[in-house]
Amino acid sequence: MTNLIWLVIALPLAGALFNGIFGRRVGYQVVAKVAPTTVFLAFLVGLGGAFETYARHGEAQLVTLWTWAEIGELNIPISFLVDPLSMTMVLVVTGVGFLIHIYATDYMVHHHHGEVHPDRDFARFFAFLNLFIASMLVLVLGDNYLMMFIGWELVGACSYLLIGFWHDRPDDPQAAIEVEGGESVEVAPLLSPAASGMKAFVVNRIGDVGFALGVFLIWTTFGTLQFDQLFSRIASSAEMYRESALHGDFTVISAIALLLFIGAMGKSAQFLLYVWLPDAMAGPTPVSALIHAATMVTAGVYMIVRSNVIYASAPNVSFFVAVVGAFTSFFAATIALVQVDLKRVLAYSTVSQLGYMFMAVGVGAYTAGIFHLVTHAFFKACLFLAAGSVMHALGDVIDIRRMGGLRKKMPHTAMTFYLGGLALAGFPLTAGFFSKDEILAKAFEYSPLLWGIGIVTAGMTAFYTFRAIFLAFEGEPRDQELYDHAHENRLAVTGPLWILAVLAIFGGLLGLPAPVLHELGIDVPHVMENWLHPIIQEVGHHEEHHPSLTTELILLASSGGLAVISILVAYYFYMINRSIPQTLARSTRPLFALLVNKYYIDELYNTVFVEPALTLSNTMSRGIDQTLIDGIVDGSAYGIAELGKYLSQLQSGFISRYALATFIGVLFLVGYFFLLGQFPNWIN
Amino acid sequence: MILTFLLVVPIIGAISLIFLPRENKQLINWFAFAVTVVNVVISLHLYLLYDVSSEGYQFTLKIAWIPSLNVYYHIGIDGLSVFLILLTTFLSAIAVISSWTAIDEQVKEYMALMLLLETAVIGVFISLDLFLFYLFWEASLIPMALLIGRWGGKDRIYASIKFILYTMSGSALMLVAAIVVYNFGDGVNPTSDLPTLVAHSHLISEDMQKLLFFAFILAFSVKVPLFPLHTWLPAAHVQAPTAGSIILAGVLLKLGTYSMMRFAIPLFPKAVAFWSPLLVTLAVIGILYGALVALVQDDVKKLVAYSSVAHMGFVVLGIFVMDQNGMMSRQAMSAAVLQMVNHGLSTGMLFFLVGVLYERRHTREFSQYGGIWVKVPVFGSFFILAAFSSVGLPGLNGFVGEFLILMGTFSRNPVAALFATFGIVLAAWYILTAVRKILFGPFNPANNNLTDMNPREIGISLAFIIPCFFIGFFPNTLLKIINPSTESIASLVDTAILIVSK
Repeated sequence: MTNLIWLVIALPLAGALFNGIFGRRVGYQVVAKVAPTTVFLAFLVGLGGAFETYARHGEAQLVTLWTWAEIGELNIPISFLVDPLSMTMVLVVTGVGFLIHIYATDYMVHHHHGEVHPDRDFARFFAFLNLFIASMLVLVLGDNYLMMFIGWELVGACSYLLIGFWHDRPDDPQAAIEVEGGESVEVAPLLSPAASGMKAFVVNRIGDVGFALGVFLIWTTFGTLQFDQLFSRIASSAEMYRESALHGDFTVISAIALLLFIGAMGKSAQFLLYVWLPDAMAGPTPVSALIHAATMVTAGVYMIVRSNVIYASAPNVSFFVAVVGAFTSFFAATIALVQVDLKRVLAYSTVSQLGYMFMAVGVGAYTAGIFHLVTHAFFKACLFLAAGSVMHALGDVIDIRRMGGLRKKMPHTAMTFYLGGLALAGFPLTAGFFSKDEILAKAFEYSPLLWGIGIVTAGMTAFYTFRAIFLAFEGEPRDQELYDHAHENRLAVTGPLWILAVLAIFGGLLGLPAPVLHELGIDVPHVMENWLHPIIQEVGHHEEHHPSLTTELILLASSGGLAVISILVAYYFYMINRSIPQTLARSTRPLFALLVNKYYIDELYNTVFVEPALTLSNTMSRGIDQTLIDGIVDGSAYGIAELGKYLSQLQSGFISRYALATFIGVLFLVGYFFLLGQFPNWIN
Repeated sequence: MILTFLLVVPIIGAISLIFLPRENKQLINWFAFAVTVVNVVISLHLYLLYDVSSEGYQFTLKIAWIPSLNVYYHIGIDGLSVFLILLTTFLSAIAVISSWTAIDEQVKEYMALMLLLETAVIGVFISLDLFLFYLFWEASLIPMALLIGRWGGKDRIYASIKFILYTMSGSALMLVAAIVVYNFGDGVNPTSDLPTLVAHSHLISEDMQKLLFFAFILAFSVKVPLFPLHTWLPAAHVQAPTAGSIILAGVLLKLGTYSMMRFAIPLFPKAVAFWSPLLVTLAVIGILYGALVALVQDDVKKLVAYSSVAHMGFVVLGIFVMDQNGMMSRQAMSAAVLQMVNHGLSTGMLFFLVGVLYERRHTREFSQYGGIWVKVPVFGSFFILAAFSSVGLPGLNGFVGEFLILMGTFSRNPVAALFATFGIVLAAWYILTAVRKILFGPFNPANNNLTDMNPREIGISLAFIIPCFFIGFFPNTLLKIINPSTESIASLVDTAILIVSK
């Protein structure tokens, strides 16, 4: 299977081509079979590759297809790397991707009085979705930074196409949020899908500039983009880089790490460049689940773990990564507290959870980062799909202010949302509990302050998740008409939901806190850590100062306990005493408005970057191009024409005058060269 | 001989057109297309015969033309020109076939001019004699100016004259410089034979080279066009008929960058280091400036025209970037040659697609479109692909050129690379703005009668996009042919710098 690993890319690519070119003709049912099948087959190939990797004890294997470019000392092959990390990503992408494909075959169809209406562009949707899977697999399988960058750009393009899938829809105005006493807080309209897609692409490209420069710097410094060659070159002097970075030097490795991280800030929606992700929710919900929660947005985390030698050799940048991650997780969670759009609550939660992952890899807990990446893929995909199930049932309504009591109508959707929500909240023993706790424990070792930010964020996470759950699924229906309209979805929707929900609960088995359990007398392996061990290179002598068992247990208990308490607070706020949040909103109205409007960051960016750029463009177009340059050009043309008119008077027709002019001219020339002392050689 | 065929076939075709009945437009259309297809076949044959392993010029032919003056009919190609010739024959065929429905008046004259234009352009790409080159260089002007001036839009006369004056005034100095170089000759006799002149370039003093280089580069920069000499381009594009724009953007602009590498650098290698900083600066300004100005255009063609300023900026950057010691980047240079081909394909395709819309709606204002993807799904898909190619998305051709140019640039001049890389953000912004304004958003009912592409147009689009994908996936097929030529040009400069520094 290893040598056939290119099939995991080729299969969905073939599906994309088939559905893109023939999809309209063969009908939606064929498309609905072809698209998931290719992903499933890719998943099987991936499983084969993973087993073989396991049998090789995690030893990496290279599969080279052809030479992409060779100029002078530059040589870039198209080659794939089969190792534990890439196989983990392949399985997540194809596994979760397959479930989402199945889900989408029903989501993209409307059932109306027994009639079936597939979306107008059903085939196009699946062509793009398959293309995304193929692109994402290029990103995670590539064996050099060019391949990674190719995948990096391609997933961005697929994201653009899929966010803007319903490209003819206009901006979506939002009702103001009422706070008690007839007062309300205005909410900016949601961007149209087309505008959102474009925003995503352009903001991502800003990050890509950083990434590309990082790649250029790697090549200029080390003369290779191949992972194995590069990492072994860095590893040999990693200790030196690390030491000088710790002494305050900004080494070339630090520069590379920082530039690559700028790319990650774009792709993985970290602070400053996260603004595109909430708007990406304009895309169909399976897209939000697959691209904007489970896979593409985690590419930055994958990149850092893949480049762990670089980041371990640049502790200063790693610290920066951890700080950005921690801040982003906190910042996004505060916004999620007050959003009224169910998908946006989940979107900010994704930004926040990605922040967690960066905090993990920033403090050097690479396996913890990947562990959380995997569990997050399970529970966040589950939550998004469940939210989509609600949307589907309510005729695309996603405003939680118009929901309520839906559990009775949609038991499967509600249950799975609950389970996914528990995992997101970090409820004890769910997958999210273990992965989040591991990050928090590692953060605590690194700096109790980071842990503090993390734990507060964890509390907010549990709160806003259950706020959304209670508002959507419990209590009385707030829009009776919608409620009456609601219905549970088909198996194609609920099936994937349940599978993901089960994974969200039991995914923690991949990473049980082995050291703690060991001390308690229970011997279990930390599956993830053993599996990923071969790709993590140790840099620097880590003094093994594991926190004591008591500390570990306190950390575990505090994060679990906080989750439970926060859920109870949400229960009290939204189920028992519902006036509290209203009163709170009113008494802190400026803060509330600030959060509702997402700290006005979008407006700020518009004023600071977009508007000035457009003004500059206009000024240059009118002022420089049309006035200045063309003024000179047209002016000199006019001037010459005038001069010509004047000179034409010399052409009087009198031969004697011409003769005189010629004579003067020759005299002048001869005199000139005479004075110069030599004649040009063409005269001889 | 095969190169001479390439040169002569379109001329014979143009002359033969005279004898065809004026009324039978269909016959004229088919005949002209057949002529261009013959040239496509010849050029493909040329590519298959091309010997990858050997360096230097191939298919050379050297006949004394004006023996008393040492002027030769000397032609030949190398890795620098082979793909540009393929591009020329290919785009000429496409330009002819895409004119079938767009041109209705004086078809005969139109087609004859298109064929003459092809000859002139091929002439530039195969000339290895300074005067032969100059002849074709100037000759390429006339058909294009006439195409714009006769079959162009509302302000065609202004645009046509602007095109002529701009280019001619650039070329005037070059002629003077060429005469000077000719007189230096091989040190004993004046000659215009390029390889001889290059072999004796060390005879010309460094100061003199700087002057002569400037005169040449000025002419070439107008053609590219390099900021701030670009304002003829939007005017010409907006007025030119679709096929004119395809040839103008696809091939004529490359005459400038090609000639920089074929003539300016090898003839005056000692001057390159002196002028490189200025050219690199202007190229980077052009990348950013072109992109920013493209952003606010109301006319689709103007947007694409300004995007050309940005894209050609990348090519010039790749050609001239060097480090402080005067080391050129092989990577950037080879990629620049590739990018010439890439730009020809992607921008040619964009102009073709804009023409498809224009033929149906007779407007190129963005405001007249909007949401038409629903109505014309095939057109929309091709337009998005063309946009992706132009914006440098991996898997398509534009990425290869841009990425490698930027990487090569970074290794020599990180600051220039930093600024130029920001060009890719702006490129995404303006090209996606165009996509959005035309294809996305609520459907503009003015397009109710818009019809999707016909088989001929789909065929043309495929002919554009398939090579784009091929280059995106297998760029090395081209690079391995390009590399030896760029290597020899770059080493000329290296040697010259060694001599100067001694």
